[in-house]
Amino acid sequence: MNVSTSTEPQAPIVQITALRKSYGTNEVLKGIDLKVARGEVIAIIGKSGSGKSTLLRCINGLEVFQEGALTVDGKPLLYDSPMAMRELRQHVGMIFQSFNLFPHLSVGRNIMLAPTLVKKTDKVDAAEHARKLLLRVGLAEKFDAMPDQLSGGQQQRVAIARALAMEPAVLLCDEITSALDPELVGEVLRVVESLANEGMTLLMVTHEMNFARKVADRVIFMHQGRVHEMGPPEVLFGNPQTPELQQFLSSLKD
Amino acid sequence: MVDFTLWDIVRNLLLAARWTVVLSLIAFVGGGLVGLLLLIARIARLPGAERFVAGYVQVFQGTPLLMQLFLAYFGIGLFGINVSPWVSVTLALTLYTSAFLTEIWRGCVAAIPKGQWEAAQSLAMNFGEQLQHVIFPQALRIAIPPTVGFLVQVIKGTALASVVGFVELTRAGNMISNVTYAPFTVFACVALMYFVLCYPISLYAKFLERKTR
Repeated sequence: MNVSTSTEPQAPIVQITALRKSYGTNEVLKGIDLKVARGEVIAIIGKSGSGKSTLLRCINGLEVFQEGALTVDGKPLLYDSPMAMRELRQHVGMIFQSFNLFPHLSVGRNIMLAPTLVKKTDKVDAAEHARKLLLRVGLAEKFDAMPDQLSGGQQQRVAIARALAMEPAVLLCDEITSALDPELVGEVLRVVESLANEGMTLLMVTHEMNFARKVADRVIFMHQGRVHEMGPPEVLFGNPQTPELQQFLSSLKD
Repeated sequence: MVDFTLWDIVRNLLLAARWTVVLSLIAFVGGGLVGLLLLIARIARLPGAERFVAGYVQVFQGTPLLMQLFLAYFGIGLFGINVSPWVSVTLALTLYTSAFLTEIWRGCVAAIPKGQWEAAQSLAMNFGEQLQHVIFPQALRIAIPPTVGFLVQVIKGTALASVVGFVELTRAGNMISNVTYAPFTVFACVALMYFVLCYPISLYAKFLERKTR
């Protein structure tokens, strides 16, 4: 709404109120309420079809919801206003399961594209920033490589650098290790963990329960379009309250 | 009885071939621009654009270019508007070419994975930036072979403009063969000239395809 709300330390960076979304008659999100504090790391778990990815995609407007409200940094999500969407999306970065690097651009230009277009950053400054980000994700020497020359894990780390180049306040991670070979998962999770340690607000949909347990401040278990259970990882994993969560967790063990 | 040398034949055909080139350029430029506008209207989901463009494509793909040329020349004349052959040919070739190109290009844009749009959107790019920097560069590469294939067809299709009085390559060939009684020589020359026009375009397309890979 206004600047003062975002400067208060207590103000949630993402606030979701009574959010409902349906595809036709099929309601996939049935009233979600969620407040995310600045710097908080949230892991969203649940069966496929529970609405966890859809919820994540609502936060940056990739999915349109029918009812409820959503604000990021105090700014409401307004689908009808391209200006407001552009403003909001500059605060919300997203990383996808399938990386979605731009295959026709080099790694460096993948990272520089949005800052130079949207933030009107000078090319030289954007390139310098891109090199710093690549160093941070451990790919300093890949600036001029093309995406298809990289492994999946490297591509995903470039995608992280690309999202960070917009200096987002919130980073959404949609099953970002699900498309990776097992031996490449670690290198991506280490980057995410370092971001969490540096105070980035993270919302991640994940199947990596050990990672969620280690890094998340709060875990959300979604079931049939609702937040079914929510709490600190030690409580949620150590002492699940609902039979649905107990069943979900035990199904992962075998 | 006048004797025609081969050079006489070739010289006159070359003069007529200029019109084939001009008509082709009109079709490429007019059809390309209108086709691009229709494409953008469609993927921007402007209200009504989807149905309008679908209908437009059906009408101009589903009727022969010859009829379109006839109607553009004589049809408009029926309303008391006097159109020059230039105007009618420009109109017909533009409509015809744009209908095919917009449909070819729509398929190329549709072939770009949805994740590319989503990545560009989530990086806060606006619609124009998404198209210009992410979607079109990738669609362009896959658009080259079918686009060139169609443009080569258009070059040959310009022969139909003779119905409204253009003496282009095919019509000139007809006229010359009527006075020389050497149809085989004349039409061999005509075919050769079409080939000389079309082949470089195919070569250039191959080059472009390699360059954009």
